[in-house]
Amino acid sequence: MPRTIQLSVRRQDTPASSAYWEEYELSYRPKENVISVLMEIAKNPKTRDGKPTSPVVYDRACLEEVCGSCAMRVNGVARMACTALIDSLEQPVKLEPLAKFPVVRDLSVDRGSMFESLKRVKAWVPIDGTYDLGPGPRMAESERAYAYELSKCITCGNCLEVCPQVNDRSNFMGAAPISQVALFNRHPTGRMLTGERLEALMGDGGLDECGNAQNCVRACPKSIPLTTSIAEMFRATTVHGFKKLFGT
Amino acid sequence: MTSERVIVVGGGLAGLMATIRAAEMGVAVDLFSIVPVKRSHSVCAQGGINGAVNTKGEGDSPEIHFDDTIYGGDFLADQPPVKAMCYAAPGIINLLDRMGVMFNRTPEGLLDFRRFGGTKFHRTAFAGATTGQQLLYALDEQVRRFEVEGLVDKHEMWEFLGLVRDADGNCRGIVALDCVSMRIEAFPALAVMLATGGPGIVFGRSTNSVINTGTAAAAAYQEGVRYANGEFIQVHPTSIPASDKLRLMSESARGEGGRVWVPRARGDKRAPKSIPETQRWYFLEEKYPAYGNLVPRDIATREIFQVCLMGFGVDGKREVYLDLTHIPRKELDVKLGGILEIYEKFVGEDPREVPMKVFPGMHYSMGGLWVDYAADPRNGTLDETSSRNQATNVPGLYAAGEVDYLYHGANRLGANSLVACLYAGKIGGPAMVRYGRDRGARLPPDDGAFAAAKKRWETEFARLARMSGPENPHVIAEEMGDWMTDNVTVIRHDGKLSETDVKLQELSERWNRIGLSDSSAFANREISFVNQLRNMLVLARVMTRGALLRQESRGAHYKVRDLEKGVTEENALPRDDANFLKTTIAEHTEDGPRITYAPVDTSLIPPRARKY
Repeated sequence: MPRTIQLSVRRQDTPASSAYWEEYELSYRPKENVISVLMEIAKNPKTRDGKPTSPVVYDRACLEEVCGSCAMRVNGVARMACTALIDSLEQPVKLEPLAKFPVVRDLSVDRGSMFESLKRVKAWVPIDGTYDLGPGPRMAESERAYAYELSKCITCGNCLEVCPQVNDRSNFMGAAPISQVALFNRHPTGRMLTGERLEALMGDGGLDECGNAQNCVRACPKSIPLTTSIAEMFRATTVHGFKKLFGT
Repeated sequence: MTSERVIVVGGGLAGLMATIRAAEMGVAVDLFSIVPVKRSHSVCAQGGINGAVNTKGEGDSPEIHFDDTIYGGDFLADQPPVKAMCYAAPGIINLLDRMGVMFNRTPEGLLDFRRFGGTKFHRTAFAGATTGQQLLYALDEQVRRFEVEGLVDKHEMWEFLGLVRDADGNCRGIVALDCVSMRIEAFPALAVMLATGGPGIVFGRSTNSVINTGTAAAAAYQEGVRYANGEFIQVHPTSIPASDKLRLMSESARGEGGRVWVPRARGDKRAPKSIPETQRWYFLEEKYPAYGNLVPRDIATREIFQVCLMGFGVDGKREVYLDLTHIPRKELDVKLGGILEIYEKFVGEDPREVPMKVFPGMHYSMGGLWVDYAADPRNGTLDETSSRNQATNVPGLYAAGEVDYLYHGANRLGANSLVACLYAGKIGGPAMVRYGRDRGARLPPDDGAFAAAKKRWETEFARLARMSGPENPHVIAEEMGDWMTDNVTVIRHDGKLSETDVKLQELSERWNRIGLSDSSAFANREISFVNQLRNMLVLARVMTRGALLRQESRGAHYKVRDLEKGVTEENALPRDDANFLKTTIAEHTEDGPRITYAPVDTSLIPPRARKY
């Protein structure tokens, strides 16, 4: 059992400034995770050699892997920091911000582009209004159970982080919003916007940019069948394209 | 484009519902949130949402839901709004269903319902065990639609600092901090709603997200908004203890058949599965044969607490077993998958194979900002067209969700929080729009209040930035949390409450000697936290003073004569309807909270003894 917990954090003071590494050492406690260690540092912010520093800035909220905030690279792997248990990590534990999003400060990044993609693909059910219109459409439990898996996306960005096609030279929206199209096109009311969603996927930064590396599905903390969604959307857009071409 | 604008602060279920409802009325909404709204704390709700839809043919009805809720809350809730909520609940579930929430289904394709605490009916609609997440996403998606249409402007990563009030005291807008650029701005609105959630972080570790500091409610309170029933804090019976938070283990685990037990022999070291049935003590089932493991949370929590106090905790620790291992794996995965994954990931054991170890953890505040309602004498529910619904005592300021005090009385039933948030947002959104159109629009133009409020907060934050004393804010927060958890949760005792009140004042003194370790003028979370901490300390005193002055036991507020004797009927002060069937009202003064009491509307169900 190591008697200390050692941490290296890649820090960056502002979006424009250059990054630097800082190292910390804390006394060992069992059952820590990356967030609890960062919390402990904030109580006495000092580097390993005793130099006073500022608390590390990072995004976090629920600490139960459901809010999607605390995605970062832990020992080089894109994952949620709250479920990164110290006892299962090689030390020193290296923390870096996600590289595919603009850094705000330290480990905090701006994932606003993901929410923009959700607008673009119309990821919603077009209800008429909130007034009482009785129950929603019936669904078979088996169909519901599959859709539920897709609806668990926490917009953490890990699938974009690991995708080779998401880079400075492309506008690829990544797997998360594509899978949301698969979700909403399944819903009995949601599918009324099927055509518009598929058009969005056929546009710039859409499905065509996918290189089929399949990293996304392995990086998803919610085990969403992202590559299945992508394959399904490839078929759907192809059919949609033909229909448009031949006007049927 | 409309020129009518309202402000909603908070993007959880209540805030998003209010936003949707206001936008539907053609009003533009400025929506402020400390995090991207999709990451709000509603996402953590697990078990489900109550509504007496009666798809199981059990004879359930909104009237029984109403009675269960009032009885569960030990008669402290005003009855008309609770009745209105229970009658609205089936419609709210239908609405969520239409929005595409992937609720579990019956073989006929209808919504499935599960059991929850404090009722004998299958009344809880659920989407696996991540119902809050699914509900929040459905509302987030509808709000995004309005965003695209130009009716909603999101201000994410902005933190509410305070109100803008004109010379006559009307709320005219808010002052907020951009948590990235650290810019402070004042924003005008016809009306403002706070939907900022609960105060779990006042207790240090809780089931709440770390963003749930209660800072917005506490700031409003210090500007003259009344805070009601602050002493009523729900401690959830089953959470997973850890050093960073107490992770929730949903009541749905028991709703689906999970059993709570400890070994009958103190300090029994055997693996749980090797302990035979006869040597297990299913203490909830034994003491409460009618409700078993599904007694309301305040009761289950006290029983678990007491069993551990008596030395029966697993390995002598403050832990009991929550056992699902007798339920088929497949069923567990479909109905409880999300929470089992949480347990597995954090504890490293498979709860399908090994009983979980859990202990009570602070979970929810029944108390919150005082809000009004307009009763409809014709049917005992609410006049939902009134601008009085969800209105605080400050004209133009509304509150909805966990931050209001209205729907749960002295103890909240499981799965009633989601419906309360949505109902409050559903009636509160239109109420604020009506106020804005009727009265807000007729208020005189800006009297300089905006510039003054902005200046005040800029000056304040400049002062905070210069703090250079020896104290660390996170250390003060930890002490506050430990004191509050030890003394203002499950068992309350006058001596300890008095000591806590003194301690909180000492911590407030120490707050003045904080030194900031972060001097950056960019994305400085430390300075935000220092401001939040001051507010948390104020709110902690409201809770503590309320508990000290309430000389009875009611729901989650359980006061004992002798701490050593723990949870026993003789040791607890009895419920005292003559003196304390009253809403606690706290008002801020320089010397701490001034506590008064207001009558409770019990016009529909006469109070009776609460025995499960």
